[in-house]
Amino acid sequence: MPLDPEYLQYPHRKYGMDHDRYDWSMLSERKPISWPNNNKLAVWINVCLQFFPLDQKGKPFPVPGGMTMPYPDLRHFTLRDYGNRVGIYRFLKAFDKYNVKPTFAFNTRLAENNPYLLHSIMEREDEINCHGLHMDALHYGGQDIDEESELIKHSLGRLRDLTGREILGWLSPARNESANTPELLSENGIEYFSDWVNDDMPYQFKTDKGPLWAMPLSNELEDRFILMDNLHSEQAYVEQICDACDFLLQEAESQGGRILALNLHPWMLGQPHRIKKLEQVLDYITAQDGVWSASAGDILSSFRAHIITDPAAE
Amino acid sequence: MKETLALYDYWPYQNRPKIRWPNGAKLAFWVAPNIEFYELNPPLNPHRKAWPQPSPALPGYTIRDYGNRVGHTRQMNLLEKYGIRGSISLSTALCDHHPEIIELCNERNWEFFSHGIYNTRYTYGLSEDQEREMILDSIATIERHTGKSPAGYLAPALSHSEVTLDLFAEAGGSYTCDLFHDDQPTPVRTRSGAKFISVPYSLEMNDTIAYAVNKVEPRRYGQMIKDNFDRLYEEGNISGTVMCIPTHNYQVSCPHRIKAYEEALEYITGHSDVWVTTGREIADYFIEHYYDAVTADIVAKQEN
Repeated sequence: MPLDPEYLQYPHRKYGMDHDRYDWSMLSERKPISWPNNNKLAVWINVCLQFFPLDQKGKPFPVPGGMTMPYPDLRHFTLRDYGNRVGIYRFLKAFDKYNVKPTFAFNTRLAENNPYLLHSIMEREDEINCHGLHMDALHYGGQDIDEESELIKHSLGRLRDLTGREILGWLSPARNESANTPELLSENGIEYFSDWVNDDMPYQFKTDKGPLWAMPLSNELEDRFILMDNLHSEQAYVEQICDACDFLLQEAESQGGRILALNLHPWMLGQPHRIKKLEQVLDYITAQDGVWSASAGDILSSFRAHIITDPAAE
Repeated sequence: MKETLALYDYWPYQNRPKIRWPNGAKLAFWVAPNIEFYELNPPLNPHRKAWPQPSPALPGYTIRDYGNRVGHTRQMNLLEKYGIRGSISLSTALCDHHPEIIELCNERNWEFFSHGIYNTRYTYGLSEDQEREMILDSIATIERHTGKSPAGYLAPALSHSEVTLDLFAEAGGSYTCDLFHDDQPTPVRTRSGAKFISVPYSLEMNDTIAYAVNKVEPRRYGQMIKDNFDRLYEEGNISGTVMCIPTHNYQVSCPHRIKAYEEALEYITGHSDVWVTTGREIADYFIEHYYDAVTADIVAKQEN
């Protein structure tokens, strides 16, 4: 039995992408941009503050880092909670020591249940983004649109109430989306999101409800990906970030400003045996010439100011 | 299903006829960047799922798009720096989607070989006629966009049928990258009886296998490449060997990996008696100079 003839038909085989979410464009062909004060490398430290429910439903899949044992999986529940009680305060000390400006992506439920933590972050006046409701509230293909619409409205509305801020950035739990997520985010006042890891610079993302910006937040350089998924050593984590920093600075010499985006989890790098590795990374990055540590929103604003004066940059 | 496809005969790695590459080189070195297009919503193949998540499967799709948007230029510049022409394993639909990449490689006189239409369309389940149609489409697409017919084949996503190599040989191809049984080229038996060979392509050196399957650390990958080279270079004193690094721009061109890769390329190309070449040139040279002698030696060794 041959396969259905459809299997050898290619309706999207034409110039550009096989969807209409963004334009095809090679990074090396874009006009170079420069960051404030002629800096070459913008460093975006993104800290995920997450709540993993003990009664995980795992719909449509159990989230990486979530519960794996029969209920009640206290080992994973408490180990993740550790990040919000202990690890995060180690992070904050390290950020202050190296004078870097982090951005915090909050699960709304965590902000709701931990006012002390929320206020500690708010006092710092760092940027706060929404990381969805919690780590078991996934956005996924086939999800009922009304259900997802309610989820996004609630996650954002509640975080805005709790913080009194407008909240412009979004990171989906597990970076998972449905086909409707970009429209729903745009509709709910989101300016940029970071689920698509297909670029090293911001680009415009089309939705039926107005444009969004895609901000590049590398999955490959994430602490969780390197240490938990790949089981690389802590030292290898440091080497990979430092090598990436060197390479991006070098590329910036000929191609214009670049972004080094580090997605961090206090339950991972905030452990006593790992925090020193984060410090080593920050020590190395901040010692380089031409590095600008900034919030995701400030990096995007600077990028946008550039392309308004020179549209070819995007 | 068969116990074996009997594509080649046993040929022990000792007392083989001595191969010498052009200018007396001991090792033929080639780099095969896979330039691929994965679809966001491919039709379902009953034998293999394209993506683990319900569509849109962002993790897999978006990092592969990164390879074309961001990674390609990085690896291309690097290969140019070390005097290496890439031998591209091409998802041929990319000629339609991203002709800029094809032009950049064509200008550099890189080789293009067929890697199917899309890397999300598998051979599994295709009838022979359907597979032939797919292979001929891929060949015609490369001819149309580069002016040259491809000599090599790597089945899309390494998905094969029992007749994949027969079909490619009948379509005029001269070598396959689908077999991992040797460190030297070997004749491959196909039903047409044409001279058709396997050129070593190496699954072990493949960056996606190293990074995504075996979870190797980048600097260790660089060291593995150097160690692989050292041994094949040494053994090349006895008879010429082939070393291939198959790459993907969404793996090796990531900022945290390209430095280790560059160090390995610098190390290899810093040696004398290395023929830095392409898959097609290795295949042509072997077929012209060694195919008959090797075939005779293999026949002789079946009798002992």
